[in-house]
Amino acid sequence: MSQRQSNNTDLNNGVLSRNKILLVIVQCIVASILSQAAILLWFGFTFQISLLDGAVSNLLLTIACYLIGNNLKYYRPEKNRYLLMLMYCSILAILWLLINNWVLDSIILNDPLYAEFLYNSLPIRFFIGLLIIGLMAMISVVWYTQEDQKETEKRKIEAESLARDAELYNLRQQLQPHFLFNSLNSITALIGSRPEEARKMIHQLSDFLRGTIKKEDQQPVSFIDELEHLQLYLEIEKVRFGHRLSAEISYNDACKIKLLPPMLLQPIVENAIKFGLYDTTGIVTISIFAECHENELQITVQNPYDPDTNRPKHGTGFGLSGVKRRLHLLFGRTDLLETTAYSHIFTTLVKIPQT
Amino acid sequence: MRVVLIDDEPLARSVVNEYLRSWTDFEIVKECNDGFEGVKAIAQHEPDLIFLDIQMPKINGFEMLELIEQPPSVIFTTAFDEYAIKAFEEHAVDYLLKPFTKERFDKAVQKWMDQRVVTLPKQNTKQLLDHIQNSSLRNERVVVKTGTKIKIIPVNDILFLAADDDYVKIHTSEGSFLKNKTMAYFEKLLGEDDFVRVHRSYIVRINEITRIDPYEKESHLAILKSGEKIPVSKTGYPKLRQVLGL
Repeated sequence: MSQRQSNNTDLNNGVLSRNKILLVIVQCIVASILSQAAILLWFGFTFQISLLDGAVSNLLLTIACYLIGNNLKYYRPEKNRYLLMLMYCSILAILWLLINNWVLDSIILNDPLYAEFLYNSLPIRFFIGLLIIGLMAMISVVWYTQEDQKETEKRKIEAESLARDAELYNLRQQLQPHFLFNSLNSITALIGSRPEEARKMIHQLSDFLRGTIKKEDQQPVSFIDELEHLQLYLEIEKVRFGHRLSAEISYNDACKIKLLPPMLLQPIVENAIKFGLYDTTGIVTISIFAECHENELQITVQNPYDPDTNRPKHGTGFGLSGVKRRLHLLFGRTDLLETTAYSHIFTTLVKIPQT
Repeated sequence: MRVVLIDDEPLARSVVNEYLRSWTDFEIVKECNDGFEGVKAIAQHEPDLIFLDIQMPKINGFEMLELIEQPPSVIFTTAFDEYAIKAFEEHAVDYLLKPFTKERFDKAVQKWMDQRVVTLPKQNTKQLLDHIQNSSLRNERVVVKTGTKIKIIPVNDILFLAADDDYVKIHTSEGSFLKNKTMAYFEKLLGEDDFVRVHRSYIVRINEITRIDPYEKESHLAILKSGEKIPVSKTGYPKLRQVLGL
């Protein structure tokens, strides 16, 4: 009987497949039957009686264990209600003992010595039965609780990844209708006076929109590709704001092939332009420069700002919180976006880890 | 008719300019890049009608109108501002959504011409501004005019407010500024989180209060960090105690 314990510890492992578990259980039952038969043989009973006793006791005990295990699968008592569990196990053990006794009594008739032994061994049988049923109950609770937790965790992970996809999608929808309608308005103006420029702007706008749509997936893009997309955006804004807007871009060649999430820079530059153009009335130069460090691509965007109109505290601005959130979702870090405001220059530094 | 165009995008102004050419009675007296220029131009030229963009550098279109004592008739031109559009519709002020057609533009101008005879669209503009201010959508800052200069005061810089006839005196660490608004307006604008109205004529930033002293019978004085003494009325005192958690 004591061998059954090893079977129970295996159950708890969770790495075994269903069939393997079943095989181990059968092996354990057989081993238990044989060991019990061996004990009875030692007491001097015939081989037949020993085996019968072992088989009946252990098979009935297996049924009791199955019952309690199955029961606990669907209903688990609340935490700390051990007494209830103990009572339940005791009742099951007594039931098992009674049935066991009755069965053995009725099939092994012609041996008064065995009948006496059966009667005398009742307390020992009860406690061993209780022990094993109790153990089975404990293991079942742990097993099924773990299963439940695994299930909940799986759901949670699924929900999170869904939410993350949705959020990433939303965060990339940074293209503001404001920008689109104002650009169209500029084209309307150009059509009358400078049709060639109007045509050029339509093409730029189309390329820009196409680029935005193309980047539906989250696949990283190279810095040079992202920059090209950004330049389209800057060109359109330059047409809109005329001489007020200019841009300086610098980077070393090594940065070209570095990767970054698509459409990450656009909201930063959009923010810089808005900030620059709406906070000051003079000429606005947006500077973008990129540097490569060991495992990091660092991109700095600078714009002039007026500390009197917008205090740095409010200055983290429109789209930047979205960028920060996105970086957090993608890289699990919150320190990848920094902003500083110093002497009329607002600087946004974004760091993209390279793997 | 004298017209002023105020829009930070030169191309957007050129559209209006072009569309207005067929209206022979209209003359564009000034084109402005931002609200500051707008305030100046309106004072100088006293136009009959202005075309005004909302999103502009430094101060937006609404803030600009606030600075003008007698705002002229306005046709708003904007690309996208759901909130503003709702406000326009409620107050029957005309607006043009960029990009707009010549037909739509003509309709707006015609409507203004017709209305001018019956009512004053200026009235509507005034109501619109009140509506926009009351909704406290743009409560991050207060725009005031000091002489010919325009000062933008972030709400965070305001220490306390004192009623002064038809004006409210806004006290900041940089000095005080007058604005032609009511105390009730500011009470609503500033909210109850940072400010408390301790007196019919005073609103104080809660964090600025260092001490409350009894003063005469049934009234108190709030002493500010700057040393200013603000009277606290009988009704203001319980409010003050509440926000300070006394």
